[in-house]
Amino acid sequence: MMSLKTAAQNQTSPASQKISTYLTLIVLIVMALSIAALLLAANAYFMGDQLAAGVLAVIGLIAFTMSGFMLYQSRRQTVEMKIEMPKVMTTVECKKCGSKNIREFQRGDYVYKELDACQKCPDTKQMITAIYKEVKVKEKTYDV
Amino acid sequence: MNVLMQQSLHANQLIPTGGGDILSQIVSWAFYGIFIVFIFYGQRIQMYIMIREVENSLHKLKFIKDEGRKITIEAIKEIGKPTTDPSARVDRYLEYFTIGPQAMDPSGIVYKLDHILDVRDERLKDEVKLMAPTSDEVQVNNLENSLEAAMALNFIYKVVRHYYIQGKKTLSLYVIMQLQMILPMVMKEAEAYASALKAFAYGQPIGDGAGPLVAAKLMHGYEIRKLPKDCVMATVPIEGRTALVIKAEGPGGNVGKPGDAVEKVIEENEGKIATLIMIDAGLKLEGETVGEVAEGIGAAIGGPGVDQYKIEEKLTKYHIPNYAVIVKEDIGDAVSPLRKEINDSVDKVIERVKAVLLERTKEGDKVIIVGVGNSIGVGQ
Repeated sequence: MMSLKTAAQNQTSPASQKISTYLTLIVLIVMALSIAALLLAANAYFMGDQLAAGVLAVIGLIAFTMSGFMLYQSRRQTVEMKIEMPKVMTTVECKKCGSKNIREFQRGDYVYKELDACQKCPDTKQMITAIYKEVKVKEKTYDV
Repeated sequence: MNVLMQQSLHANQLIPTGGGDILSQIVSWAFYGIFIVFIFYGQRIQMYIMIREVENSLHKLKFIKDEGRKITIEAIKEIGKPTTDPSARVDRYLEYFTIGPQAMDPSGIVYKLDHILDVRDERLKDEVKLMAPTSDEVQVNNLENSLEAAMALNFIYKVVRHYYIQGKKTLSLYVIMQLQMILPMVMKEAEAYASALKAFAYGQPIGDGAGPLVAAKLMHGYEIRKLPKDCVMATVPIEGRTALVIKAEGPGGNVGKPGDAVEKVIEENEGKIATLIMIDAGLKLEGETVGEVAEGIGAAIGGPGVDQYKIEEKLTKYHIPNYAVIVKEDIGDAVSPLRKEINDSVDKVIERVKAVLLERTKEGDKVIIVGVGNSIGVGQ
């Protein structure tokens, strides 16, 4: 299995590096040109040519922002990734007195599992009536 | 006229072909160069950008797949207390495949597929028992589900990697473009399976368990009897009718074979069933609310189609009308821990089932109610 994995990785990495270098080179050239355009814009402004300064500044800023974004995207590390585990809650109820207790899920819990006797009514066993996760992030709605 | 001349002068200053200082000339020629490069290589550059995006997603998929494997192995070690390291066996199992039956002569294909799926299920259960010898039946089912989720992640990663490498080898924009277009959906599914792994390992109810949850609420407190295969049934009086409520046996991760169970119950009653109501989790469309309840007609059951076929065969034979009630959720919700909205929809589903019974059946009728889905974390 390991040797297969290594073979697959070796298969992908040189081509990947080549593309990566090529793309980075293009992005860096565009970035250098955008800086030059910004310098020219400043020069044109001081020379009194405001229209040329404005056009060059816009071109320079757009090119600089886009190349910067590209570089940022390519530098994002996968190390930061993690699988988020939601908090799952268990509802424990007493059918006789109706007391309800919500606690964090414990391994072995399941819906309709009978637990220890209720504190208020010792002759009745408590029961798990629900197990669920609450999604805190509100979903984006579209008014259509 | 003067304005036009002024503008043309400005234009000449912006795109100089000579004159001006040296920096201006370099920048001008460089811009021309880039313009020409983009004319000839624009598509290729676009492709490299797409490849980069796919590559990032592939790294993420690899991470998720490795985490899935790790979580499964840890769960097996923790629950099953194996004497040897189960990693090698898990790795071997992640590569397992199932070959579907030959469809050149489709007659009888459903039963061939049924047989293949039975063999697969048996084999997987036996493997889990070997890997986790101290686990009980419920834990075996839960671990089996975890392993299936890890297998799904492994498969997704390998397929995406296949098209990614193929796209790079052929430098075909269209291979890469297709992959890049479906990646958001693929990633969503992979993330859902990743969050399902722990839910399965811990035995937490999942979104797909909406059907069994409703059935469990209806049958709780009544005498339970076992049905083939891995299903349970209770006879429950509802609104003056006799409801035969069926669900997969819980609380272990198990979908049972509702097709076989319904077949048996209909035959036991010699086809004298007024109606069949199936409750299942249904995929919602974007814009619909999670936990929304909808009603329709037909056999509400997913999977490879074997159970749906068996149910439809019996219903047609005895002319039994079939209604369906679904709880809407997306693929992510279906395999991850049960959302509160879905849990809250249980009472709404029961109300809807009662309304169907009142409208479509008479007092004293016998009806079948099936809660379709995975019974993980749901007892009876």
